[in-house]
Amino acid sequence: MSFNNLDTLYRQVIMDHYKNPRNRGAIEGDHMTVDMNNPTCGDRIQLQLQVEDGVVKDAKFDGEGCSISLSSASMMTQAIKGKPVDDALKMSEIFSELMQGNDVEDDNIDLGDIEALQGVSKFPARIKCATLAWKAMEKGVDEEKQD
Amino acid sequence: MDVKAVRNEFPILHQEVNGHPLVYLDSSATSQKPRKVIEKLDEYYRGYNSNVHRGVHTLGTKATDEYEGAREKVRRFINASSIQEVIFTRGTTTAINTVASSYGRANFQPGDEIVITPMEHHSNIIPWQQIAKETGATLKYMPLQPDGTIRLEDAKETITSNTKMVAIMQVSNVLGTINPVKEIARIAHEQNAVILVDGAQSAPHMKIDVQDLDADFFAFSGHKMCGPTGIGVLYGKKALLNDMEPVEFGGEMIDFVNLYDSTWKELPWKFEGGTPIIAGAVGLGAAIDFLNDIGLDQIQEHEHKLAQYAMDRMQTVEGMQIYGPEERAGLVTFNLADVHPHDLATVLDAEGIAVRAGHHCAQPLMRWLDVSATARASFYLYNTEEEIDRLVEGLQTTKEYFGDVF
Repeated sequence: MSFNNLDTLYRQVIMDHYKNPRNRGAIEGDHMTVDMNNPTCGDRIQLQLQVEDGVVKDAKFDGEGCSISLSSASMMTQAIKGKPVDDALKMSEIFSELMQGNDVEDDNIDLGDIEALQGVSKFPARIKCATLAWKAMEKGVDEEKQD
Repeated sequence: MDVKAVRNEFPILHQEVNGHPLVYLDSSATSQKPRKVIEKLDEYYRGYNSNVHRGVHTLGTKATDEYEGAREKVRRFINASSIQEVIFTRGTTTAINTVASSYGRANFQPGDEIVITPMEHHSNIIPWQQIAKETGATLKYMPLQPDGTIRLEDAKETITSNTKMVAIMQVSNVLGTINPVKEIARIAHEQNAVILVDGAQSAPHMKIDVQDLDADFFAFSGHKMCGPTGIGVLYGKKALLNDMEPVEFGGEMIDFVNLYDSTWKELPWKFEGGTPIIAGAVGLGAAIDFLNDIGLDQIQEHEHKLAQYAMDRMQTVEGMQIYGPEERAGLVTFNLADVHPHDLATVLDAEGIAVRAGHHCAQPLMRWLDVSATARASFYLYNTEEEIDRLVEGLQTTKEYFGDVF
């Protein structure tokens, strides 16, 4: 059989992040914690963020879920670490567009590995898996701003 | 049973999904609909759509006859003693909520116990959690055996003289366990408790006799038994229903409405507020005719064979973990090595095979099984051994596909 179609979803870099997640664990020292789940499928993520002077100093996650949700969390933490909060939010917007299947060009933002998740847009049932970590980040940043 | 002939009655099954003939193994979530049901809905909307029990025009009379005729079909289907005991609801969830709200609010007090099991569907957990909080009653869980069955000794131990309600599913939507509800009803009655049986996963697949079970309440859904969505049934013993207050007010259920006080219709209509689910009930009636024509015993036997065949074949796949007892209803819940169920379901979907992946509306049971999610293949009268072969091939493919990763 042909795996061509599936290969657009399960790119090697995704499986690498799934197998070897970056930033999995807990932050020591000051941080905020966001819990988010996907009630339709049971995926759960706990995201920890350390934000100082409007910059994401550290980001770690833990949780359970499928390859798409966990690799997305791994990539997301990698992408936002060291970035200004505004850039992180901008990335989240771009990611959301990516999931709608829209091409997004922004010369100031380098998505890196994240672009590998573009194939998820062809699997509508899995989009929520990919966006879970980003939603958690947005919620965390939102709460941080309100404090 | 001629499965090929049965399949021909289901138009939806004859299509390709992602380039492969559809293999639909998700009937525990919702069943497919036979031509007879689809045509009945069409006939209703084209021919005599009207509100029931009001007005005197011809269409209204025809609609009322069909609606009440469906109630009689349901009565015979579950062997209730009277149509007064057959209430149409939106589904099993609404039926259980009606009992919890109405019966619970009137009868539960602090110190009283509501007994359920860890294998229940959320719809047979949360209504009891809520009414327990409201009334001060205590929610208690019957323990399960490691294979996901219930021992009557444990039922006897858990159900005490303080128990007012026992609520239990007849067939587990995850484990496939067939619970001894008749015996548990006897134990409940010995303690003067009432029993509600969640028949969502049993009524579509086996003969139900509520009088033989001696169930005080029995709830099930139309859409899992070849009927339309949005229609279900609450059966209750007349004496209990008579003493219960409605939970929805207005529309079909009223008798006299005064400025400051009103009275209700008699059973079963006092529990059917608003414009009833007319098309849904008429469609359910057609589904019951369809199932009766084939025979519930034949359907059960067919599914039993499929489940045994599936268990045997699936166990040949390396890394296969199957949950639940050997002796089971027509479904198999499983995990394959370290492949997450969502990933597995996506690979199977690419092969045209529809299975369910997730927590199956049974989060407490997932924790009991110590898993975050599982995959489930569930069977109905239209499934075949060839389709199970396709599933097993798909599972091999899944292993192959994720082989490098794990």
